[in-house]
Amino acid sequence: MSWLAAHREVVLALVIALMVAAIGAYAPAFVEGTSLLGVLDDTALLFMLALGQMVVILTRGIDLSMAANLALTGMLVALVGQHGPDLPALAYIILAILIGLGFGLFNGVLIGGLGIPPIVVTLGTLSIFRGMIVVIGGGDQVNASEMGRTFQAFPHKALLGLSSVFWIALAVAILMQLFLSRTRTGRGIYAVGGNPTAARYCGLVLERYQVLVYAIAGGIAGLSGYLWVARYGVAYSEIASGFELTIIASCVIGGVSIGGGVGTVPGTLLGALFIGVIVNALPTMQVSPFWQMAISGAAILAAVIINARAEAHPDKLILPEARRAAAGARG
Amino acid sequence: MAPVLSLSHISKGFPGVQALDDVSLTLERGSVTALIGENGAGKSTIVKILTGIYTPDAGTVNVEGRDRRFATPKDAWAAGIAAIHQETVMFDELSVQENIFMGHMPGGRLIDRTAIRDRTKELLARIDADFAPETPLKRLSVAQKHMVEIARALSHEAAVIIMDEPTASLSRHEIGELFSLVDQLRDEGRAILFISHKFDEIFRVSDRWVCLRDGRKVGEGLTAEVTEPELVRLMVGRPIDQVFPKRDVAIGEVVLEVDGLSNATEFADLSFTLRRGEILGLYGLVGAGRSEAMQCVFGLSQPTRGRIVMEGRPLAPRAPGDAIDAGISYVPEDRQEQGVVLPLGIRANITLASLARHARGWFLSSSSELDATRALGDRLAVKAASWEQPVMELSGGNQQKVVIAKWLATQPRVIILDEPTKGIDIGSKAAVHAFIGELVADGLAVVLISSELPEVMGLADRILVMHEGRIVARFARDAWSAEAIVAAATGAVAADRAA
Repeated sequence: MSWLAAHREVVLALVIALMVAAIGAYAPAFVEGTSLLGVLDDTALLFMLALGQMVVILTRGIDLSMAANLALTGMLVALVGQHGPDLPALAYIILAILIGLGFGLFNGVLIGGLGIPPIVVTLGTLSIFRGMIVVIGGGDQVNASEMGRTFQAFPHKALLGLSSVFWIALAVAILMQLFLSRTRTGRGIYAVGGNPTAARYCGLVLERYQVLVYAIAGGIAGLSGYLWVARYGVAYSEIASGFELTIIASCVIGGVSIGGGVGTVPGTLLGALFIGVIVNALPTMQVSPFWQMAISGAAILAAVIINARAEAHPDKLILPEARRAAAGARG
Repeated sequence: MAPVLSLSHISKGFPGVQALDDVSLTLERGSVTALIGENGAGKSTIVKILTGIYTPDAGTVNVEGRDRRFATPKDAWAAGIAAIHQETVMFDELSVQENIFMGHMPGGRLIDRTAIRDRTKELLARIDADFAPETPLKRLSVAQKHMVEIARALSHEAAVIIMDEPTASLSRHEIGELFSLVDQLRDEGRAILFISHKFDEIFRVSDRWVCLRDGRKVGEGLTAEVTEPELVRLMVGRPIDQVFPKRDVAIGEVVLEVDGLSNATEFADLSFTLRRGEILGLYGLVGAGRSEAMQCVFGLSQPTRGRIVMEGRPLAPRAPGDAIDAGISYVPEDRQEQGVVLPLGIRANITLASLARHARGWFLSSSSELDATRALGDRLAVKAASWEQPVMELSGGNQQKVVIAKWLATQPRVIILDEPTKGIDIGSKAAVHAFIGELVADGLAVVLISSELPEVMGLADRILVMHEGRIVARFARDAWSAEAIVAAATGAVAADRAA
């Protein structure tokens, strides 16, 4: 088990490869190049969202409001697209990031500033965000034809067979990797999550990091909101409903510890890919839609159980004989 | 009369430490026995053996004529031994009656609420408690919670009741009430083991005393036949046999000056100066407010009054970051809780408090981090497979070295060491002592918070003694004695010997 814990990403990558091979044997169409690229494209939004969630979980938090933030920001930018002039795609992207960031900041201030538990705050804002969509949109939906040309065209632009959404997700992943592994703030996120008390002695204040991470998660949710609405050509109140659980599942499968302080960008991406493969494979395998949810749920549960076993902390070495044995093993 | 409980030739060792060595002790019905000794003398190990938390390596525990072996706390309860702890361990959200009967609810599968309430009422009446069985525990004072614990002990018909510093957080009035209750329990024929640091309490409440020192029994007798100075001498009267590095460090200019530092509940009127190359010992009993006071100097809490001057400049740290920037480090007492970040690697832990030194623009330079890690890791002889190894895989001694390395990496001029040798073996202790000597030789100033008298006396240039949040005595190196220091720490006398 210790090898498994140390090489979690490798194991997960192997499991995904085996899964793809097995599905290919059953439904050869699934492993054709364009189809596999389609999986990456389709999972791109989940990649980004899972990375945002990971940063939150690293600080021992949770953001249940990401999918609702996505839907609300999506609706807001869709309304801008509908009523405003035809702006360049970059303007929509920046606008969506700022709106989402604002909502995330709201979470962060309640959690870090007022000390309310993350699960309570984000469960509350989940409902608020969903409710606001109906209020703002007047209960109607915004359709593709109403959104404006550049608004809608951007997510469908392709480069090397992959859509712009995928390339944006890749950019987010690279930035996140640099941020977490190479900056002081990134190191601080691991420290406040790994041991808030020890971090405080080092001058790192958990509350400030909380404000930051929920803002990051919010910004990513907002960005995803624009891309989601523009890609699927519709904005309404139930977009991405329940998707927060898929996002959290990606993190957990990818080895992010709910206890905080443990998690990597590659692991989380693989966790999201695991879910993406299952979700895309089941329809090509002619599995009935009724079974699809149950099967993907079972697969997620299986992955989480395997991971939880790998993560289980070793017992403390209190018995003298056990200590000697461990010392001997370490050399 | 046969003793209700006897411990014979009990020994208990931990790696590197012999916590108890051939200790025998008897408790008799209708008698209060005081167990005394310095911090680390083995008192709490005895309590843990009697309550089934530890099993002894050798020796027997005999209760009412039968040899017993307690594998779990439940076995100890069943044998009629109940303990009342310094900090109560109970369920705050539950009611008094549920707390008393937790684990032995009357009735079958369904809880018999009427029976519980009636029995609780009866128990509370026996000890004159004036709260209702349904009261939520969180609404009771510490003294009332002690009464709940006593009621719980009575509900088991416990023949032996252990009280581990029960007065630590009680007011004078509450202490008086507790003592009448102790008298009542004695008159009912129960045997009581009373653990306290305070001599007035020992003389007020006990019939017999047993004194431990370094895990051995060094004396016992009747309380009526002993005096306080005799007990103090027994508690500390060891030759200071550990070897401390003989240092010859020139003491320089004043680095840190603390004047009248106070906070509302933990410490008051703390004043001292610290010079370059000096080790200032801060001695006192556990809970005397030493850590709290120094944490305030480090910016972890805010004083209500007083001022701090660091290297001639006033310092009002709002958070540890301010103190670190001013050149103060604090190596905390609890290694796992306050020191290391277990999932992170050695490098990330060592550089955590000094990351600004390794920043190059937006990014951290891993080569700069590695250089610092290697330099300090080698100097402290950290044993690890690689500098990226997660700290959770290291032994306790190596984790402690990582914590010290982290604080040295901030290049402090003042370093506060809070119980730096707590829970480590003799060999590692000697290494830490030698290292403290090196630090001052390098021109640092050290505040050494320690509950180990030989350590403070061996290392410090001056000793301040704290008792109940105040400095009650100051000693210079040539003007101290173990007896005087302990007497001051236990509140027996207030001394001031020009330091």
